[in-house]
Amino acid sequence: MAEKFDLNDREVWDGNYAASQALRQAQIDVVAAYPITPSTPIVENYGAYVANGYVDGEYVMVESEHAAMSGCVGASAAGGRVATATSSQGFALMVEVLYQASGMRLPIVLNVVNRALASPLNVRGDHGDMYLGRDSGWIQIDAFNAQEAYDLVLCAFKIGEDHSVRLPVMVHQDGFITSHTAQNIYPLTDEAAYNFIGDFQPVDDLLDFSRPVTYGAQTEEDWHFEHKAKQHKALMDSRPVIDEVFAEFEKLSGRKYNRVETYMMEDADVVIVGLGSTVETAIVAAEELREEGVKAGVVGIRVFRPFPFDQVREALKGAKAIAVLDRSSPGGAMGAFFNEVSAALYSTDTRPLVTNYIYGLGGRDFSIDEAKRIFKEQQANADAGHITTDIQQFSGLRGPHLGYFQTQRG
Amino acid sequence: MQDLHLCAAEKRGIHQLGGDERVGWDEVTQGIILTSFEGDASEIVHQKAEQRHYSDFNSYTASVASWRVEKPVFNIDVCIDCQNCWVWCPDTSIISRDKQMLGIDYDHCKGCGVCVEVCPTNPKSLLMFNEQSGLDEALAAWPEKKKKEEK
Ligand code: SF4
Ligand code: SF4
Repeated sequence: MAEKFDLNDREVWDGNYAASQALRQAQIDVVAAYPITPSTPIVENYGAYVANGYVDGEYVMVESEHAAMSGCVGASAAGGRVATATSSQGFALMVEVLYQASGMRLPIVLNVVNRALASPLNVRGDHGDMYLGRDSGWIQIDAFNAQEAYDLVLCAFKIGEDHSVRLPVMVHQDGFITSHTAQNIYPLTDEAAYNFIGDFQPVDDLLDFSRPVTYGAQTEEDWHFEHKAKQHKALMDSRPVIDEVFAEFEKLSGRKYNRVETYMMEDADVVIVGLGSTVETAIVAAEELREEGVKAGVVGIRVFRPFPFDQVREALKGAKAIAVLDRSSPGGAMGAFFNEVSAALYSTDTRPLVTNYIYGLGGRDFSIDEAKRIFKEQQANADAGHITTDIQQFSGLRGPHLGYFQTQRG
Repeated sequence: MQDLHLCAAEKRGIHQLGGDERVGWDEVTQGIILTSFEGDASEIVHQKAEQRHYSDFNSYTASVASWRVEKPVFNIDVCIDCQNCWVWCPDTSIISRDKQMLGIDYDHCKGCGVCVEVCPTNPKSLLMFNEQSGLDEALAAWPEKKKKEEK
């Protein structure tokens, strides 16, 4: 039996500590880890919990992130509750194995503390790694602050392990901004947290000798398409389960989560759509602009995969001008997030004006002033009835203006 | 001894993928997970391969013999039962019982020649022959012991 950990009703934790506490409370069987900045403290703290007897499970140190995720796949297939953490290059090295995990339908929980991808080498936060995972078949949930990093890791176990879902889940938080900033956190008691997640109920575990199974079989053209279709359906069908888990968590904690979070959207004309801690910055900017009479609103995507297409469409249908913020290098296209939000809006009758801002790469600060400026540009678009700027702009970049594509309506 | 009876040969083909029998995406197993054996397998380590109840999905019931262009032939008279070939075969296609080599599982041997390479006897107890050549023909053509070279 694990040692009891003393918890106060209110703690001062950063996002990493919050995530590691959620892992401790989940009583994981195996954590296979290779540390990388800025997610290092998650597994470092977890290692200390194991060493001090607060956790009964195994802590496996491996020689790379590829091996860490491989170890997680093996342990999960064997029938254990499994989790780990990573960032940036480590995440990139895991990508190959992420597809194995989702294809085998293994409910692994991965904490991703978002960080830029090299080169140039950079340890600061942007969303390059989050986007790298977007087709890997994992559920991706985004925490905007440290409290949410704690709450959503608990939810991630319950969502992924649900027998109708059985899919791996990533919980994202912004590198340094969320992971290293201490805030007031209201944790659940160990009992409440564990009872919320429940005991791990393995399915088709490799170590069940009464019915041994083969994992990761080869399929080729005979079966691959069918298996991928089934996997996609499982991911799409996880949406109501995610809603149920969020509802149950609200009953327990009073904290409400939605797949799409909306702020002041009832009557908003101009909107910022974003991910991560940026959402909170945009909310402050919107509140200040409201006092100046600007009808500003904010939409934060909480569940990035499965992409909440219908909810995004619903949340934004009344808006006039929308800025979609991509904290990732676009790589020769419009921002990936912009493309997805635009696709959702294309099938609305109102079809609001949508522009794409590339911002905050490599940890470049996203300020309230910058958010306000973006809102004001949207107001100008709304007033003009067409997009008055380039459709894609780099925001907060030094040097001459960088932007692409003009509207054909202007 | 080289025709050791393997149930794999009998079971093979049961799970033929006929055009009309192919199931749709809604019927495939979750996570491509396939049962390896029929029923309980707790005691399986104590059973010899030919006694195990492999499922139709076990790769043991599939043959890769057609991949072979040359096959290893085993000469029991020269073999010293060192088990080297058994250890090194990448496809567990060397059949050994109670530390005695019995021959080759030609259902699963794909003819890589590793076993021949590692066999330490003089002459070798395993040699590669043309896939079509018969056992007697191969054994008749077995080389003599090589004399040590005069220094
Ligand atoms: S030829 Fe290769 S596969 Fe066949 S028995 Fe020898 S080592 Fe095994
Ligand atoms: S390596 Fe050669 S001598 Fe050794 S067991 Fe195999 S066939 Fe016999």
